[in-house]
Amino acid sequence: METGDLIKLLAADARRQGPSFGRAWSLALALAVIIAAAIFFGFIGPRPDIATAAQTMRFPFKFVVTGLLALTALAALVALSRPEASGRGRLVPLAAAPLLLVAAVALELAVIPSADWAIRLVGTNNRYCLSLIPLMGIGPLALFILALRNAAPTRPALAGAVAGLAAGGIAATLYAAHCTDDSPLFVVTWYTLAIAMLTLAGAFGGRVFVRW
Amino acid sequence: MDDAELARLLRAALLGDEKAYSAFLTGAAALVRSFVRRRVGQGGLDPEDVVQETLLAIHVKRHTWRTDAPVGPWLYAIARYKLIDAFRRRGSRVEVDLDEIAETVAAPQEDRPSSREISKALAALAPGQRSVVSAISVEGRSIGETAASLGMSEAAVRVALHRGLTAIARKFGRGENGNR
Repeated sequence: METGDLIKLLAADARRQGPSFGRAWSLALALAVIIAAAIFFGFIGPRPDIATAAQTMRFPFKFVVTGLLALTALAALVALSRPEASGRGRLVPLAAAPLLLVAAVALELAVIPSADWAIRLVGTNNRYCLSLIPLMGIGPLALFILALRNAAPTRPALAGAVAGLAAGGIAATLYAAHCTDDSPLFVVTWYTLAIAMLTLAGAFGGRVFVRW
Repeated sequence: MDDAELARLLRAALLGDEKAYSAFLTGAAALVRSFVRRRVGQGGLDPEDVVQETLLAIHVKRHTWRTDAPVGPWLYAIARYKLIDAFRRRGSRVEVDLDEIAETVAAPQEDRPSSREISKALAALAPGQRSVVSAISVEGRSIGETAASLGMSEAAVRVALHRGLTAIARKFGRGENGNR
């Protein structure tokens, strides 16, 4: 078939289009939040002392970090899903949440006696952290991979990894309301590990399912 | 054709204007052709195959263009992606060729200029989709004429065409169209 014939074919198909770019992402995000929140409120729930915890410094700070991660990752995800905007410059804002967390870790190390560092780092919930964040994040990740298939990222594995970060950010924000380990030492260790699992899964999913 | 004109045509095309879309694709094909020719060299890759794969990708991904942005960066990003894809597939195909030669002692077949990659993908379509696709492309019929000649409704012709094109584009995307 020559190129002129192909153009005839494509032009004849002008009226049929997939879902619009913006609508597909809005839908994916809304469903992702609903799925993760349904698991959270259905099976996990906030910690009983949440009102008291909210008066502390460390508990609300967890939401600042995880929320910032979710927002920056979502923005990068949508940007990376367009062909012309797949440059690495889009990833710079993703450094914000880790940098903030590193600063908090430095503060924590300064104010907490070194004898307590290991106790705070290990915490009491690390097994829940490592299982519940991936559990709440896997549904959102699948939705983001679907949305990426509808879009056109020219670096599918990278876009998939960022999808994993975004899903991890959403799941970690919910999990933070359940977990009673509030030390940045705990967060930097176990949250990071849990989110890294989703990021790896996302990179793999991008590589396998998103190529176009 | 300058970028503003391409953008105007693509905006009209996104609203369903077939004439504008045809003009856009013709202009886009010329840009992609010179982009690809400059980069292919003597590699044995047929530039026109890459042009066609890029046009298909543009078609199935045209909703990812921001209607207030220039067309060029978007267009060339897709062309670059499909060009890399074509090189990669070419590499993997060489291995397949060697295996087949070893097993069947068949003579290696060079691609003839007329046998396009897309024709192979087309041959793999379901019969209903294939007859619609060839009626519109090779025979140059309209949707209405195709519907009448195949005894289908126009809506069914449009669906078959759309699904056929999506299937071909997906094959290219996964690198499934080997040397059959």
